Amino acid sequence: MRFAGLVNKLLVGAALLCAATASAQTIKIGVINTYSGPFATLGDLIDKGFKLYMKQNAAKLPPGVKIELVIRDAGGPNPDKAKQLAQELIVRDKIQILTGVVFTPNAMAIAPLTQEAKLPFFIMNAGTSVITTRSPYIARFSFTLWQSTYPLGAWASRKYKTAYIAVSDFAPGHDSEAGFERGFTEGGGKIVGKVRIPLANPDFVPFMQRAKDARPDVVFSFIPAGRQATQIMKAYGDLGLGKAGVKFIGPGDITTDEELPNMGDLALGVITMHHYSAAATRPANKAFIAAWKKEYGEKSWPSFMSVGAWDAMDAIYYVIREQKGRIDPDRTMALVKQYKNPNSPRGPIAIDPATRDIIQNEYMREVRKVGGQLANVEFETFAQVKDPWKELQKK
Amino acid sequence: MIRRASYGEPARIGWLEWLPWAAALAVFFALPEYVPLGARILVYILFALSLDLILGYAGIITLGHTAFFGLGAYVAGILGAKLGVTDPLLQMAAAAAAAALLGVATGAVILRTRGLTLLMLTLAITAILLEIANKATALTGGADGLSGISVTPILGQFRFDMFGKTAYLYCLLVLFAGWWIVRRIIYSPFGASLVGIRENVVRMHAIGSPAYARLIAVYTISATIAGCAGALLTQTNQFVGLNVLSFEFAGELLVMLVLGGVGRIYGAFVGPLVYMIAQDQLAKQFPEYWYFGIGLLLVAVVLFARGGLLGIADRVVSKFRGERR
Amino acid sequence: MEAFLSSLVSVAFHGAAYGMILYVISVGLSVTMGLMGFVNLAHGVFAMAGGYILIAAMDRFGVSYPLGLALAFVLVAAGSVVLERLLYSRLYTAGELAQVLFTIGLIFIAVATARLLFGTLQLLVPLPDYLKGQFGLLGRDFPAFRVFLIAFSAVMVGILWYGVERTRWGAMVRAAVDNGPMAQSIGINTRRLFTITFALGSGLAGLGGALGAEILTVQPTYPFEHLVYFLIVVAVGGLGSLRGPFFAALLIGVTDTACKYWVPQFGAFFIYVATIAILLWRPAGLFGRQG
Repeated sequence: MRFAGLVNKLLVGAALLCAATASAQTIKIGVINTYSGPFATLGDLIDKGFKLYMKQNAAKLPPGVKIELVIRDAGGPNPDKAKQLAQELIVRDKIQILTGVVFTPNAMAIAPLTQEAKLPFFIMNAGTSVITTRSPYIARFSFTLWQSTYPLGAWASRKYKTAYIAVSDFAPGHDSEAGFERGFTEGGGKIVGKVRIPLANPDFVPFMQRAKDARPDVVFSFIPAGRQATQIMKAYGDLGLGKAGVKFIGPGDITTDEELPNMGDLALGVITMHHYSAAATRPANKAFIAAWKKEYGEKSWPSFMSVGAWDAMDAIYYVIREQKGRIDPDRTMALVKQYKNPNSPRGPIAIDPATRDIIQNEYMREVRKVGGQLANVEFETFAQVKDPWKELQKK
Repeated sequence: MIRRASYGEPARIGWLEWLPWAAALAVFFALPEYVPLGARILVYILFALSLDLILGYAGIITLGHTAFFGLGAYVAGILGAKLGVTDPLLQMAAAAAAAALLGVATGAVILRTRGLTLLMLTLAITAILLEIANKATALTGGADGLSGISVTPILGQFRFDMFGKTAYLYCLLVLFAGWWIVRRIIYSPFGASLVGIRENVVRMHAIGSPAYARLIAVYTISATIAGCAGALLTQTNQFVGLNVLSFEFAGELLVMLVLGGVGRIYGAFVGPLVYMIAQDQLAKQFPEYWYFGIGLLLVAVVLFARGGLLGIADRVVSKFRGERR
Repeated sequence: MEAFLSSLVSVAFHGAAYGMILYVISVGLSVTMGLMGFVNLAHGVFAMAGGYILIAAMDRFGVSYPLGLALAFVLVAAGSVVLERLLYSRLYTAGELAQVLFTIGLIFIAVATARLLFGTLQLLVPLPDYLKGQFGLLGRDFPAFRVFLIAFSAVMVGILWYGVERTRWGAMVRAAVDNGPMAQSIGINTRRLFTITFALGSGLAGLGGALGAEILTVQPTYPFEHLVYFLIVVAVGGLGSLRGPFFAALLIGVTDTACKYWVPQFGAFFIYVATIAILLWRPAGLFGRQG
């Protein structure tokens, strides 16, 4: 069945195909991503990220080994569908590694399957802390929301006295809320109000109006990266919160690099904590941006999601290389726990062997104009942050 | 012989009616890769069957039948994930009971109304359930969905495996029971009175038939079956998401039933089968075109082929016979 | 106390903006449903189309905002006439089930078409500068666009009411809603009357969709997502009525905003409960004729 009658087969990279020998060994990698629905841009950024990696690094595979991607679309935060797709990828397509996944609910739904099927699952985005504890076959190459919001809370408590929290009502939002609140109150700050906004929300204005009426020093917000973030920024501007002296901060999701042009000058001065900015001047990042622009056009910008996809694919190439193309699930997980990359576009990263979660730098950034364009400019670094939630659990 | 099943037709189970069950077993052995998909199809068939009973036979037009399916799914899921009730049959019984209760309670209130008002009430009730499921995150997981549902082996023997084998046979058995009950109802005088209410409620009152009570009865039965279908989905997926209560899902269910043919039992078999297989094969790469096709199909069925696929088959068969005679 | 008053003002203001949009979109549905008894679940499609027309006209053809609004109205009205003549008219006598299925089919087609033409993103209207920023009123700042939205809708509502209450066409519509066969027998061409009314109602929905693109964001699943609210406005307000849906829409707009503002943890729960209560109390709606 492996070679017969599979309708949706996607072979990637003509170059890869040409390089392969007749006795080629094919490794099947399942990708569950979001290509349709209101969040399709996010899936697109991830797709471009790992495909760029594959194109640039074809030579890094052992000779005779090629990769076949089996790509599926979950259409947004759609756990039912994601689980169904994962089951089909396992039972019908017999994939050896699973990757992708933008949204936490999807990852949570898939997690138990990866344990039962002993399927290594490399997460490219979904950032709720608890996910990696749900199966020993999960490793994460993106971030956790605690990683950015907890230090951000601590930082904010030194500058502001009162904060209002507005987050999307799903697991990553709850994590951001908890992380920021803990960091902020530990530093002596006071939360004057909080609200959870429905994930599929049409209008942010009433929520932001309430935030304004509570008169905090700062509004902390997490909204899924993309258009929603632009909309909440607009609500912030339309209601005149900035004019009333209320600052706007959050994890990097609220000022993603690709949305900044849509936000306009409203976003100037917004402070975020994140692990990646396209404006960063590290050599690895400069090379990455150059490759990206060469491939996808001068106007196109990668985001932190693209980098997550890039790094996850780098780890996949690494485990394939180390095993010479013969994927064994337990060996793969043992290898990935040793994974380190001092030269990721986002700076040095590593996988924490204890939690299989990523260790990386977090950067404080402010939206400023650089050469006439808005950019997230890094001004302070928190080096090699482990997921604080898991560290606090240990205590 | 494809006939519109109803009271007055011979109630004996014909050989053709055994055919689907034989085919279902054949799929189990011949196409193991498609067993998980098969289990899902069986669940939707059961759900469509419950809708056919009230929509096709009793003529209750509802946009909120997912309320019962969703309730069943969440009851089974919450029992398994939060309350430690892991026996699948117990979960199913609880789901059925909850759906039945909701059915009798809402039915008693809304079945006095008709037309747009009835439509709106069914829609609003489902919307309330969706809102509760969305907001009661401690219980339902909200937008993240309810995961970590444990289901112990059926009768302590048959474990729900990743390849969906147990789930498939289990769904098949439950569907068989549901089919048998629905079939009994349709061929009974009670079933005949439902059709009477659909066609002319005033006349049914005139001959002394308690229309309102009968509608509540059939609404409750249908709700119960839908609840069971919901529980089945939870147990085979070991996951419940908000979309079991969504309006889109209700729309899709209607499409499946109408595609097969309304008010003829086997429409509820053919519709989901064709719909799901087509979706599995066609919709992965082109979800946009898929929904476009579905919409077009629905419009075409309404304008040209009210009887659905089975209606078309009926016409073909009778034409064929007419020519031979 | 001052804080409470200020939040009351916020809720009333944003609720009014939301309610006005709901009304402009839904009123056509109420009148056409009252006229022909046609269950048109696809009404939201017209509103969505209006939103997309405005955005496409401004983005791709550089049309100004006012002209874009006018285009949304005219094009949607024209398109609806084609649909009505070609398809809807075949199903006037077909029964509710057929109408429900048919219009759900239309929604599916519209959702897919919107995706193909405009992608899946929520699109934002590039507002002209004179509608951005704040507008000072009684010592408070209000978002200028929403002030415009309320004022503009109020004018539209005024024109509409004048048209229905004071003109010959309005009298014919009211007669046909009251008693179709009788209106026909005294020589009113109800068929043509209906087509015109349908076009007008759809055009208004298109205009409302374009105006309200900030509040009900324009994206392909629009007709599914907001359908319940449009239907609630009509069912609660009462079929065929102008005044009923107005109060229903304001009620929903203010309640929804109040819930988001004060008790966001309950979501839209209260709206649905209120809908059920009102419909059980008065099955034909607040202002409908109880049968």
